[in-house]
Amino acid sequence: MNTTMTLGGHFTYFITIFLMIAGLFIVIARGNLIKKLIGLGIFQTSVYLLYIAPGKLVGGTAPILSDAFSVYSSPLPHVLILTAIVVGVATLALGLALVVRIREAYDSIEEDEILNMDAVPSRQEQA
Amino acid sequence: MSLAQHLPALQVVIPLLAAPMTVLLRQRTLAFAVALLASWAAFAIAIALWLQVDASGTISYAIGSWPAPWGIEYRVDRLSSFMLVLVSGIAALVLPYCRRSIEDEVPQRQHYLFYTMFVLCLTGLLGISITGDAFNIFVFLEVSSLSTYVLIALGRDRRALVASYQYLIMGTIGATFIVIGIGLLYLMTGTLNLVDMGQRLAAVQGTRPVLAALAFLTVGISLKLALFPLHQWLPNAYTYAPSAVSAFLAATATKVAVYVLLRFYFSVFGQSQVFDQLPMQQAMLLLALAGMFAASATAIFQSDLKRLFAYSSVGQIGYIILGLSFDSTTGLTATILHLFNHGITKGAIFMLLGLVALVMGGTSLSRIQGLGKRMPLTSLGMVICGLSLIGVPGTAGFISKWYLLLAALEQGQWWLVFLILLSSLLAVAYVWRFVEAAYFREPREDLDAKATVPWSMALPAALLVAATVYFGLSTAFTVGSASQAATFLMGVR
Amino acid sequence: MRHDLILRVIAKLLIPFILLFALYVQFHGDFGPGGGFQAGVILAAAVIFYALIYGLADARKVVPEPLVESMMAIGVLIYAGVGVAGLLLGGNYLDYFVLDHDPVHGQHRGIFWVEVGVATTVSGVMLKIFYMFAARGNADDE
Repeated sequence: MNTTMTLGGHFTYFITIFLMIAGLFIVIARGNLIKKLIGLGIFQTSVYLLYIAPGKLVGGTAPILSDAFSVYSSPLPHVLILTAIVVGVATLALGLALVVRIREAYDSIEEDEILNMDAVPSRQEQA
Repeated sequence: MSLAQHLPALQVVIPLLAAPMTVLLRQRTLAFAVALLASWAAFAIAIALWLQVDASGTISYAIGSWPAPWGIEYRVDRLSSFMLVLVSGIAALVLPYCRRSIEDEVPQRQHYLFYTMFVLCLTGLLGISITGDAFNIFVFLEVSSLSTYVLIALGRDRRALVASYQYLIMGTIGATFIVIGIGLLYLMTGTLNLVDMGQRLAAVQGTRPVLAALAFLTVGISLKLALFPLHQWLPNAYTYAPSAVSAFLAATATKVAVYVLLRFYFSVFGQSQVFDQLPMQQAMLLLALAGMFAASATAIFQSDLKRLFAYSSVGQIGYIILGLSFDSTTGLTATILHLFNHGITKGAIFMLLGLVALVMGGTSLSRIQGLGKRMPLTSLGMVICGLSLIGVPGTAGFISKWYLLLAALEQGQWWLVFLILLSSLLAVAYVWRFVEAAYFREPREDLDAKATVPWSMALPAALLVAATVYFGLSTAFTVGSASQAATFLMGVR
Repeated sequence: MRHDLILRVIAKLLIPFILLFALYVQFHGDFGPGGGFQAGVILAAAVIFYALIYGLADARKVVPEPLVESMMAIGVLIYAGVGVAGLLLGGNYLDYFVLDHDPVHGQHRGIFWVEVGVATTVSGVMLKIFYMFAARGNADDE
């Protein structure tokens, strides 16, 4: 009984951890540059959930002042996460721009191929 | 409206306003002028703030007139004012240097954007140093990081793009770990104001979310800090970035990350939580020593000077964290001192390397053979800064090493004294590689000097080299600020 | 897309409503989900929709590149300008209380202008990103 109550009450935290680890795994385990960025996005999404889910109070309504309600959900996590989402978008855009430039310079977006291409010239570059 | 009371806000606002102005004034000379004025103004404000804090103690400024802890508070105390002077000073010196340096390395039509990114990076770094709100630290951290990724990607070599991408992935993971740590702290204390958080944490000390927050923050900040073994992004980023960018980043980016670590450890968690609950002392000691030895040893075997000194940076960051692991006022003084001393030394080195790249066309050891004959003053500057990295008396590096040794002796750790001296020998080895190539080899006939050394680049570099010697002889400012900051931090909890 | 009649007609019908919805989201941020970021993205989405149907060259005629780059900078200047206005009128930086004859109206005014700045920058950034990515691979562009 106690375990199921904990599981039910902490449902959002389980999802948060799952997304966090999934995102980190994709970043580390996948060699395609765009897949890494997608993994990064999933990882950041878990953080949004970590902030917003506890902001909803039991019985709380939307945080707009009204005489009919007395318990409001906290608006602060939403403000923080708006900022974090914009930061995530900017990071994604910058990452994709870099991938486009890398594709034009190396003709590949696989990490191991790029590292191979880089390893060879570095021996000749000391001239 | 008295300007003086709004200095904390203006410190960040003036570079912030300069950024869109450089975008609108597309012409590169105008953009350069705006950026230069903004960074010099920021430096003047930082000095004014330092004098104010020295005279009357901590300054608190409420953004939007919302009083703390409801609103965002800008808090200038002894540590922040020291960081502000360092960051704005380096920017004020690097920006005149940029003008001629990027003519070679960045396409002309992108120059105005270079200045925009530079000024945005400066805004971010200054904002991190001055804010007293945890989430604000994250926002400014990302502002500075994103502009850093762009600045690095502007390098000539196509490997700059890969270096920037790698830094982007690792830096974003670090920043996201930091925000997870901040989130857990917010959930446990209900506030984002650093001072308020510190006071409220006393009630929930030792609970699992707080320890998890400490862990997440440490790992996240260590990624930004390039603490061994999370330093993988640093060598590539410093090597392939434009020279002016390497100079600016080497002197400021990792130092500001150390500042964030100190701020969270001492002003929020408090010394007792950090060092007693988890084995932070041993962990930091081990990682610092590993960084000092592994990175310095790797530096010895590099064949490109920028890469060599990038690995040297990782080693020097090991010294900074070593001071932190002592958990004593002297150790903390050594940490804060080395932030400043290493900043000016590395800034000078990368500026001189930029001069070398301009004149000789590259910075590989084979290219700089006989540099002592071709560019005597530059080589002399490099030797002086190399001595500072080793820690020879008379240079700034000696002062921080001295305090490190003092801290180790205070705790009776003779083996640590031995190890610190041993790692200085490694520094001798990699500085010797430069000295040997520059002074004991003949210049190559097939390579000629491509350009003469321009004043606008030589003067800032010379000023920083002079500062390295000056702060090795006259320590009133550096040691005074550092020890006061250390006493303040240790005394908070 | 140029020759597909249905898509062109639907686009012409929908785009004004999308723009109107962007303005609605912008000004109702006080009372419901909305505000500068969301409005800016919807605004940019409308122009991107137009570009997808009618072609990048036509979109560039409607919203030229210098305008987009200026929008990014001007939005930041508006936001920082509101802060400086608070400074000049006697309060701290980004003080909304002093912006009007009484604090509540001051807050309204401050938030309004700050969100305008945000929407301008965000729509400028989204459009600039789209223009840069879509133009890549056509030899004449940066």
